[in-house]
Amino acid sequence: MDWSVLGPQLLSATGETLYMVAVTLLLAGFIGLVVGVGLYVTRRGNILENTAVFTALNLLVNFIRPIPFIILLAALGQATEAVVGTRLGPNAAIFAMTIGATFAVARIVEQNLMSVDPGVVEAARSMGVSRFKIITTVILPEALGPLVLGYTFLVIGITDMSAMAGAIGAGGLGDFALRLGYQRFNDEVTWAAVIVIIILVQLVQFFGNWLARKIMRR
Amino acid sequence: MTEVSSERTLVRFRDVSKVYTGGSKRAPRVVNAVDNVTLDITKGEIFAVIGYSGAGKSTLVRLINGLEPISSGSLEVAGNRVDGKSETQLAPIRRKIGMIFQQFNLFNSRTVAGNIEYPLKRAGWSPEERKRRVTELLDFVGLTERAKNYPEQLSGGQKQRVGIARALASNPELLLADESTSALDPETTQEVLGLLKRVNRELGITIVLITHEMDVVRSIADRVAVMDTGRVVEVGTTSDVFAYPQAETTRRFVSSVMRTVPREEEIAKVREEHPGRLILVDVTDQNRIGSVLSECARDGVTFEIAFGGISMLQSRSFGTLTLSLNGPDTAVENTIVRLREITKVEEVAR
Repeated sequence: MDWSVLGPQLLSATGETLYMVAVTLLLAGFIGLVVGVGLYVTRRGNILENTAVFTALNLLVNFIRPIPFIILLAALGQATEAVVGTRLGPNAAIFAMTIGATFAVARIVEQNLMSVDPGVVEAARSMGVSRFKIITTVILPEALGPLVLGYTFLVIGITDMSAMAGAIGAGGLGDFALRLGYQRFNDEVTWAAVIVIIILVQLVQFFGNWLARKIMRR
Repeated sequence: MTEVSSERTLVRFRDVSKVYTGGSKRAPRVVNAVDNVTLDITKGEIFAVIGYSGAGKSTLVRLINGLEPISSGSLEVAGNRVDGKSETQLAPIRRKIGMIFQQFNLFNSRTVAGNIEYPLKRAGWSPEERKRRVTELLDFVGLTERAKNYPEQLSGGQKQRVGIARALASNPELLLADESTSALDPETTQEVLGLLKRVNRELGITIVLITHEMDVVRSIADRVAVMDTGRVVEVGTTSDVFAYPQAETTRRFVSSVMRTVPREEEIAKVREEHPGRLILVDVTDQNRIGSVLSECARDGVTFEIAFGGISMLQSRSFGTLTLSLNGPDTAVENTIVRLREITKVEEVAR
């Protein structure tokens, strides 16, 4: 075992994983937020009630969500090539990860927004606040604490996705563990990747919990 | 109902109905939450709407600021038609109408000062103006020291005071109070009602108050409407409604706080102890029951007060007494006739 060679490889794999997770979180986090808010506000009895839009969004989410990510990766091959220009590497993985994560984010956002007391929305309406402003200045701030926890949970899911993307040559810790560890029957290398992932996840979870606690003042 | 509508009218209901359709296609369910209501709410008054839960009073108040659209009829607030307006068109009207709620509906993500400031931010006030107004309102509701606290650090009464301050922020003409004291204990209720009275008397803001407690009506309202299954069954000044309740629902509400009329099982007990003819006599400060009764004593009629009470409201006294009359049949009959000339008399069935 030559850690003088593997060490730097592990380091750059960690960097790649962080890059993929961060970009995916940013993209899927934003698009998913929009879709999730869309689901929430168009739901029956809500401020922008619209059965057609709700049904379309809901179907879309239900269509993509159950697809196992490893299969989604393969199925999106052509689309990835068309958009990113290649099926390999971190950017190709980010494309598939963003699609997969967006709909998970959407559901989590929708569920967390549903915990907002309809009474405060009514109060804002009674003040003559526009519906857009109600979303940005009432609904989202009121749900911020749970949303942070939801996003924390998602970071872990996205990290999991990035490891799977290693299977299609995305690089990162998943690739490191599979190629240099699993395929060479070298458990030590596999476990090195596992430990780094555990540390990353712990850090994210710790930060997410801390932030949510601060927001919810608990 | 008479057309007394004038410039003094702030809210004008004309044949207003609100229908909810629900259930399934096969078994549709239509609920007349508000049924053909015609009502005028006058500038400067505290107008209470009382009814049991499900009577439609909460819906009625939500029609005023368009939180629920009306199904038919017409509705004006301060000269503006509320019906047929979109959410965007309603915004300027709503800014002139404050609203407070049973569950307070404060923004948990904002401090006390932040809650009060919020409507001002949305209305585009400058930071200096907002700060000045928030300070003023905090002082008015007596929560200056609590400015930086979050709602969960406050008691129920304090939360409602924040709700009131927030509702008053952009100087509304009208304040809608939806069961604003129902989540509070009796002492805190009085404190909040006292504040609402100040809002009305000192700031001249008209208040429409929804409640299911007659005690709330008695302590604060100038006029009251009684609702039952979507209809307004009785409207009048609070003292009139208490003194001469017309509708059955109203009588039940009045007796819930007055308890001057014996219940069924109490009548039996009263009869056991008082063998004479039992009558229920309404007492108000205009009638002179005492003088009639003392005259009757000369005809050999004696009376005993078996049940009842007299109370005072808006400096008028009223109540009901259950009297047991004894004496020769014709003299007793004569007494009843003479009492009927001056007040409402009901014979208790044997």
